[in-house]
Amino acid sequence: MSSDTTHSPASGHEGHVDHNDVKVFGFWVYLMTDCVLFGTLFTIFAVMCHQYAGGPTGKELFNITNVGVETAILLVSSITYGFAMINAFAQRKSAVLTWLLVTALLGLSFLVLEVKEFAELIGDGAGPDRSAFLSSFFTLVGTHGLHVTFGLIWMTVLFFQIMGKQGLGERMIGKLTCLSLFWHFLDIVWICVFTFVYLGSVM
Amino acid sequence: MLGKLTLSDIPFDVPILVGTFIGVAVIGIAVLAAITYFGKWGYLWREWLTTVDHKKLGVMYIVLAIVMLVRGLADAIMMRTQQALAFNGNPGYLPPHHYDQIYSAHGTIMIFFMAMAFMTGLFNFAIPLQIGARDVAFPFLNSVSFYMTLSGAILINLSLFIGEFANVGWLAYPPVSELAFNPGVGIDYYIWAVQISGIGTLLTGVNFFTTIVKLRAPGMKWMEMPVFTWTAFYSIIMILITFPVLTVALACLSLDRYLGMHFFTNDGGGSVMLYLNLIWAWGHPEVYILVLPGFGVFSEIAAVFSGKPLFGYKTMVYASGAICFLGCVVWVHHFFTMGAGADVNTFFGIATMLIAIPTGVKIFNWLFTMYKGRVRFEGPMNWIVGFMITFSIGGMTGVMLAMPAADWVLHNSLFLVAHFHNTIIGGVYFGYVAGLSYWFPKCFGYKLNEFFGKWAFRCWFVGYYVTFVPLYIAGLEGMTRRLNHYDNPNWYPLMLISCVGAFIIILGTLCIVAQLILAVVDAVKGKHDARDLTGDNWGDGRTLEWSIPSPVPHYNFARLPVVRGLDTFHIEKKLGRPAPVAPLEPIHMPKYTGVGAVMGLFTVLMGFALVWHIWWLAGLTFLGLILSVVYRSDDLDVDFYVPVSEIQANEDAFAKRIAAAQAAE
Repeated sequence: MSSDTTHSPASGHEGHVDHNDVKVFGFWVYLMTDCVLFGTLFTIFAVMCHQYAGGPTGKELFNITNVGVETAILLVSSITYGFAMINAFAQRKSAVLTWLLVTALLGLSFLVLEVKEFAELIGDGAGPDRSAFLSSFFTLVGTHGLHVTFGLIWMTVLFFQIMGKQGLGERMIGKLTCLSLFWHFLDIVWICVFTFVYLGSVM
Repeated sequence: MLGKLTLSDIPFDVPILVGTFIGVAVIGIAVLAAITYFGKWGYLWREWLTTVDHKKLGVMYIVLAIVMLVRGLADAIMMRTQQALAFNGNPGYLPPHHYDQIYSAHGTIMIFFMAMAFMTGLFNFAIPLQIGARDVAFPFLNSVSFYMTLSGAILINLSLFIGEFANVGWLAYPPVSELAFNPGVGIDYYIWAVQISGIGTLLTGVNFFTTIVKLRAPGMKWMEMPVFTWTAFYSIIMILITFPVLTVALACLSLDRYLGMHFFTNDGGGSVMLYLNLIWAWGHPEVYILVLPGFGVFSEIAAVFSGKPLFGYKTMVYASGAICFLGCVVWVHHFFTMGAGADVNTFFGIATMLIAIPTGVKIFNWLFTMYKGRVRFEGPMNWIVGFMITFSIGGMTGVMLAMPAADWVLHNSLFLVAHFHNTIIGGVYFGYVAGLSYWFPKCFGYKLNEFFGKWAFRCWFVGYYVTFVPLYIAGLEGMTRRLNHYDNPNWYPLMLISCVGAFIIILGTLCIVAQLILAVVDAVKGKHDARDLTGDNWGDGRTLEWSIPSPVPHYNFARLPVVRGLDTFHIEKKLGRPAPVAPLEPIHMPKYTGVGAVMGLFTVLMGFALVWHIWWLAGLTFLGLILSVVYRSDDLDVDFYVPVSEIQANEDAFAKRIAAAQAAE
């Protein structure tokens, strides 16, 4: 039995499925449920966005320049992840690692800026317990931030796995593709956050 | 160190709980001792707890569901006896605070840990077999999902003996579920138990959606899928759409309670109505999530036990799709009284009534399937006849409640309670139990005891009516739900009758337990009267699962079946099965792993820590969960090939059994 234990897809077997195809499809289905999750959070924000309870409004609180910088960083990180993917398909290991590192650093700086913004808001007495508006704001943006955090953890793990025994094999390409979907998805969510939460509040 | 947890949180002063605890402890110790005595720990770990085999996971889900059924029924009996006693100044034996926890636990357990677990068990067992697959798309994820469900069930039962359970009903409406009015841990137990099991369900949804879309046997077109798989597919679509909403609703409630936010509080701009919309945007589809697979089971059984193809296969598929769609746009009918206005209420009232149309189509399809068929009233078939009568009544009272004007009178009355038990017992529960006895021989190779099966049905059927018809009447007479005591003499006899009915249902449940115990005893003794040699246990099997041996080999299909139309297996039986031409090949299968079980352990501990604010433990276990996933992701030794010699030996033995069975005829 051990002699025919291989990990490469056994092509030619009748009905043998392409594992990466199934995996990426399954992950995409999961992302759609995540999309519903964010959709719900956006709905809650839409209901709550004027419930200031006598507290500060978005217009008073948000610094749109900072948020613009955050947005730019996250969008660029999507491009750099794309470069990592191109190099992964071309089996260029060191280039993949470099671009993953760049992406992770961009993601990290996005998070740092977000945490800084949160800390300033809380320091100014505009924390999530101040009003329903702020509860929904912190929850929506924080959920996105948590996703980015998990994306970064995931990226780190893949980084070391690529360096280690897994290399850029078939299985790793599948994992990188899933993370790619995840990362771009977070970008799309962020564009909605930027538009509806930040621009919508200050315009 | 232990957060809010102190010794005084263990309810030594409640005799019922102490008694229950002793009972559970005695049974638990007996089970553990028996496992040790027979030296079965290794077997249990290697063959069951570490399994990624969808069939075994299905069995474990259903075992969990039946244990939870017993737990939920214990709660039900306590409620019915309380209301039979607590009349006219008699306080009954359950103080209000305890009684509130019991009805909350009853609803939560029955929906999340009985019905959902039962449904997922049937999905796990039947779907891959019906579509001709060797496993689900993500076998390891499937094991994780099971352990999430199990963790939730453990948490909710832990609340019996450590602390308290929620006292606010099964959906934990705010503001009463907010910290200001409910500072105890009951709501937190509710939140984490449901949240964790909900995540398990969501992952199951992702897994089975992918399985059905991607892993159907070669040649199986969409309109050639068995109806059970179709209804499960619709149910899964609803899981994918609505469970994230549940996740968010509960997360917001916990943020209110843990971080002082203002989603659903009375102050700070919170909105209770938002919670109602969110929870029912999940909660109403949830009942269709549960009942559609029940419809699917009935469709399979109606065809097999009538010896005819299902009447109106296509309309069955379309009707299920219509129910799936409409089921997602009717949630406001749970709170017509909230005051959304006439226009909104009218829309949701009409949408609700529309559901009766596709459901009616289905009822007629089953009737026409039986019409002029050679109907055999064996175990599974009883339930479907009982279902059609009972569910039709439940559907009609549902249409009554769908009228906003009528609903304003009946809202939160026992009429409503009777209505949803009418559909959930008559539709969901009957369907799942029918599915259990239908697929049991496929799973274990012999039938469940027929005598107890018949009596289980009779008791449940009669017991249902004796219990809930009085509740309909009491509801029309104005009795609201969840009353701890009352003094209206008109209601008293109704409550007495209802209590008798609950005991009849208990008898029915004991019959099911007897069936299962007899099955285990027979299995241990190795003697079965009703052994299934041919794999086609009911003789008229139509779908792929009946073409393979019972019990099913771990790789399911020695050769992947080639599907040439609806009910291929049935057609092949009629025309003669084509001899296999392709030689057997090694089969690629996933290896068992203990990571799922370890993650389950971490999850229980994390849930417990979050309930009791033991932050260090919550952090550690969360880290443990992440590390488990990383460990799994780093493990490359996850699969193996089944050698041809093993498959050949199984195939030869199967051929011999079929020959012996044919000779015996």
